[in-house]
Amino acid sequence: MDGHEKLELSRRTLLGAAAFAGVFGAVMASAPAVAEESGVVTGPAPALEELPRVQVELVRPPFVHPHEQVAIGGPKVMQFTMTIEEKPLVIDDYGTTVPAMTFNGSVPGPLMVVHQDDYVELTLINPDTNQMQHNIDFHSATGALGGGGLTLINPGEMVKLRFKATRAGVFVYHCAPGGPMIPWHVVSGMNGAIMVLPREGLTDGAGKALKYDRVYYVGEQDFYVPRDADGNFIAYESAGDGYADMLEVMKTLTPTHEVFNGAVGALTGDNALTANVGETVLIIHSQANRDTRPHLIGGHGDHVWATGKFRNAPQVDLETWHIPGGCAGAALYTFLQPGIYAYVNHNLIEAVELGATAHFTVGGEWNDDLMTQVLAPTPIDG
Amino acid sequence: MAIPLALQGRATLALPGLILAALAAIIGLQTGMVRLPSLAGTGARLVPATTLVAPRPYAYRAPGDFLNGTSAIDGPWVSVTDPAPLEIMTYQVSAAEYARCVADGACAEAEPRRRSSGDVPATGVSYVDAAAYAAWLSAKTGETWRLPSVAEWVFAAGSKATDPALQVASSSNPADRWLAAYQREAELEDGGNSAPGIRGAFGINELGVADMAGTVWEWTTTCNSRTTLSPAGEALHHVESCGVKVLEGRHRTLMSDFVRDAKSGGCSTGTPPDNLGFRLVRDHGPLAAVLSWIGLR
Repeated sequence: MDGHEKLELSRRTLLGAAAFAGVFGAVMASAPAVAEESGVVTGPAPALEELPRVQVELVRPPFVHPHEQVAIGGPKVMQFTMTIEEKPLVIDDYGTTVPAMTFNGSVPGPLMVVHQDDYVELTLINPDTNQMQHNIDFHSATGALGGGGLTLINPGEMVKLRFKATRAGVFVYHCAPGGPMIPWHVVSGMNGAIMVLPREGLTDGAGKALKYDRVYYVGEQDFYVPRDADGNFIAYESAGDGYADMLEVMKTLTPTHEVFNGAVGALTGDNALTANVGETVLIIHSQANRDTRPHLIGGHGDHVWATGKFRNAPQVDLETWHIPGGCAGAALYTFLQPGIYAYVNHNLIEAVELGATAHFTVGGEWNDDLMTQVLAPTPIDG
Repeated sequence: MAIPLALQGRATLALPGLILAALAAIIGLQTGMVRLPSLAGTGARLVPATTLVAPRPYAYRAPGDFLNGTSAIDGPWVSVTDPAPLEIMTYQVSAAEYARCVADGACAEAEPRRRSSGDVPATGVSYVDAAAYAAWLSAKTGETWRLPSVAEWVFAAGSKATDPALQVASSSNPADRWLAAYQREAELEDGGNSAPGIRGAFGINELGVADMAGTVWEWTTTCNSRTTLSPAGEALHHVESCGVKVLEGRHRTLMSDFVRDAKSGGCSTGTPPDNLGFRLVRDHGPLAAVLSWIGLR
């Protein structure tokens, strides 16, 4: 454990930073001070040698690594490793390829799950096969631009960051290397989410515990792919080659693709999400850059944290909820009917024309009380 | 043909020759082996390779929605023991061929998802576009070109055609058919690139027809329909909806006749056609039917 951390902040980084507050510099060794009113501990890192450490193996979205919903025992240090991968990514069924930037090779990056008051310790690796500097900004963390100020690494470098998960909810994380690089990296796929569960698990805000049988993480991504004179999407050798053209498309604020899990149709067909009647599913949905409004066609949001923070009582019985860009939301639904459901961004132009659709295939018995076809289609009477 | 009496004597030997010559000329024109001089240049480029699909017994699933009382069921399996021979384009109409109709002002521009300069099929074309091309080609060649029906497409597809029946036991759970249809289409999905390949990319079937059931779904003349059957299997009602046409390809699907690019997403579930295109059938007049009957074809 380092005694003090030194931050390299260039004038350029500070000028481009989305938010700049607080004081950075060498942290000096001194006794921790506890502020009288708030009970907040300030000063150097507490001794964490006695806390249990858990190494978590992340899994590829839409799946989530195994975890306990209700925390067992006290706070832990949850250790994660992510490797940054710049790679070509096919984002539609026509072979349109973008030079993507990813956490762990997927768009979105994997979902991490911890409990409130756990410590998240992330080892972030930028292999020398990459071209660019990267870092990570955790919306769930406090200080240093979400950790971005402490994690900027060149190709060939790694860094380790630890932050305390003080607030319960689902939160975006994304790369934010500074200035114009920030939006460019984010819309090249470099974002994901972390879930910080209350230690007692999810509740409805009125004392009732809420449990889920399945959990899926849907990361929505806006892509801005330039077209050539014939109107065909351009494939670039490297991200840098495409930067100027892509910037022009980005400035229109109108994406060419709006997709779930990195590609049009990625969560459909053989890769459709599955459930059974009677099962409760938690759907975590993040959009690191752009507003979205999820809707489960044929279903509802039984309990929804539209802006994702579990200390707020969830809203109930929602048809559609709004997740602002830069936010993650969470919704619980217990399936009541079998069949096919579409889970969409309910700007239906974005859902159908730009790709923001996933499917659920749900098995089970039909409930005729909830819905029935009283008269099958038949020629009109009279 | 009336021969004047005065010539009958000298024309005795010449008459069969004249008849044969006339017959040959008519056959030549009808089959396209001979072209009128005014179309000599354009005709050779306009009329593509065709495959003559010889008669053989075959069967196909009746297209359209079928209801048994209130339950959706698979349509009947229709057997055809002695179909007429079918002359169908070996390949789908190409982008270059379609562009000629556009240049002539008789067809609207296609809207392919990717513009390519290679020898690719015309895609991003609606039923309306395909019918316009057929009318233009017919006018240009003096022949009758038209879209195939579902039955004709299946006849020409041979082993490339798949039975769209879900084979789901009739039940009160409507989800059974929805899930079965979804799984079926997911299985048929190649998983590869959906772009139309170059001409011939999807091979030639055992009947000599190319690119069947590839990444281009083909328009047919068959309208969407719903048939309600009595418990005994008789048709009680039959409603045709010709604003929606049946497309054939890797799976059978429906599309409004003005749609050029099928997209999934939103409420629409199941796998959409990758690309919309077409090929045409050449119809032959009564003479051809006669020649066929006496075994000259």
